[in-house]
Amino acid sequence: MWTIYKKEIRSFLSSLIAYVVMVVFLTAIGLFMWMIKGTTVFDLGVAGMDVLFQFAPLVFVFLVSAVTMKSFAEEKRLGTLETLTTHPVSDWGIIFGKFLAALSLLVFSLIPTLIYYFTIHRLGDPPGNLDTGATWGSYAGLILLGAAYVSIGLFSSVMTDNQIVALILSMSLCLAFYLLFGLAGEVEWMQGFDRGLEWFGLEYHYRSISRGVADTRDLMYFFSFVAVFLYLTKFKFSARKW
Amino acid sequence: MAISVENLSKRYGEQWAVKELSFSAGSGEIVGFLGPNGAGKSTTMKIITGYLAADGGSVEVCGLNPENQGMEVRRRIGYLPEHNPLYLDMYVREYLAFAGGLSGLRGKHLKKRVDEMIDITGLGLECHKHIAALSKGYRQRVGLAQALIHDPEVLILDEPTSGLDPNQVLDIRQLITALGKEKTVMLSTHIMQEVEAICDRVVIINKGQKVADDRLENLRSQSAGNQSVRIQFASPVQETFLQQIGEDIQYAHLGDNRWRLTAADSNLRQRASQFALKHNLEVLELAAERNSLEEIFQTLTRRVDDI
Repeated sequence: MWTIYKKEIRSFLSSLIAYVVMVVFLTAIGLFMWMIKGTTVFDLGVAGMDVLFQFAPLVFVFLVSAVTMKSFAEEKRLGTLETLTTHPVSDWGIIFGKFLAALSLLVFSLIPTLIYYFTIHRLGDPPGNLDTGATWGSYAGLILLGAAYVSIGLFSSVMTDNQIVALILSMSLCLAFYLLFGLAGEVEWMQGFDRGLEWFGLEYHYRSISRGVADTRDLMYFFSFVAVFLYLTKFKFSARKW
Repeated sequence: MAISVENLSKRYGEQWAVKELSFSAGSGEIVGFLGPNGAGKSTTMKIITGYLAADGGSVEVCGLNPENQGMEVRRRIGYLPEHNPLYLDMYVREYLAFAGGLSGLRGKHLKKRVDEMIDITGLGLECHKHIAALSKGYRQRVGLAQALIHDPEVLILDEPTSGLDPNQVLDIRQLITALGKEKTVMLSTHIMQEVEAICDRVVIINKGQKVADDRLENLRSQSAGNQSVRIQFASPVQETFLQQIGEDIQYAHLGDNRWRLTAADSNLRQRASQFALKHNLEVLELAAERNSLEEIFQTLTRRVDDI
């Protein structure tokens, strides 16, 4: 598993993916937070990082899909999956290696945003007037959300040997799981189920964790979500033999 | 037996890729796996390595089943897949270290093996390059090095010399011959000379079924009943006139006063030359045609077509 993990990380670093992902992510978030009128911290008038945590899930949809799209699709197309799976590595080893590598890249790209935390910490009136609990909660939520996206991305990639198809499938699924259930709750004839429907979506649990309260139900939701998608990935991956 | 395959069957949709195939390979043997394109060679090899699952029959590698004991089997097999897939964005050393790492080699031992492999496969000058920058011959060596790095007991090589230039083919063949002294090697090819050059035994399949499985000498002597002689005269000769040599002979005019005589007679050459002497015919060329593996292959694989 760690051999796969190391290989994936090195492939991110040597293929520019890592840099592009981080630059795009930090630029987008930076613009929203400080530059674009209407969304900046100054416009909000509150010393908080809500802007980051509001936009990051959407930027992540694109980033995670871009990072994971080649994970299986490219290996299938090149035929390297054959070399890989005829070595003594288990299917789970391959999947976890790829999963952790993509997740690490996401976590790593979040690190520079800690600067924002300290900046806003100072900007507060009085300085330090920032909801620290909620901020760390939001970071945790973002990482969990990223893990969920990565599992979707891997699943999309294992379904096809075409990276573009994997990218589009992954983005659609991520957006659907993040937004669709919440939106569906707002449709008039579904009003009765809105709470229930919302519960199935990622956004509901992300918001819940973002409040800074670690609710085991939300954690369980994310773990199950990741488990289900990784299991589907494993299922499709192991089905190659038949 | 290092590899033993029994009644192996594999179906893609309605079509049988491999049907009721049985053969085995002992340790220290180089077995050539021969067949026309699409005969099921690659499929069989993929099943032996555990990449594909069989629809019927059984496979054992060193007494282990690739389906249930996949990890153990994979540790014992070095596999060079068809088309030699490689990560083009990796460096040669990096890739070999990755392949060794996948096989459980670590630290100093891994580094030593990488160096040894680079040495054995003659990658010395290329070992700091990107795989994408290597020529096909060198990529093939990387593929072989990758298959060898964990010192497997069994080597499965799917068309190891396809697309290489004659010098490279020679190099790779020498390497395989050297390896075959200690390991069981199974290599597929559709080039007969390759089998003649390096294999102890040959398994020929056609349309997923075995048509021959024997040592090379035996295969030759089996069909050696028929002798062919090529003879060229200086001037035109009538077939009816030639037929005086004997009625048991088949005559074929190859053009340019060149004839091929075929008969179940080992004295065919003497008879032809005596005939020429007697009738004062000037002979430019007289040669026994060796019953080459190529012909054996053709007769064997055509025979199945006819059935």
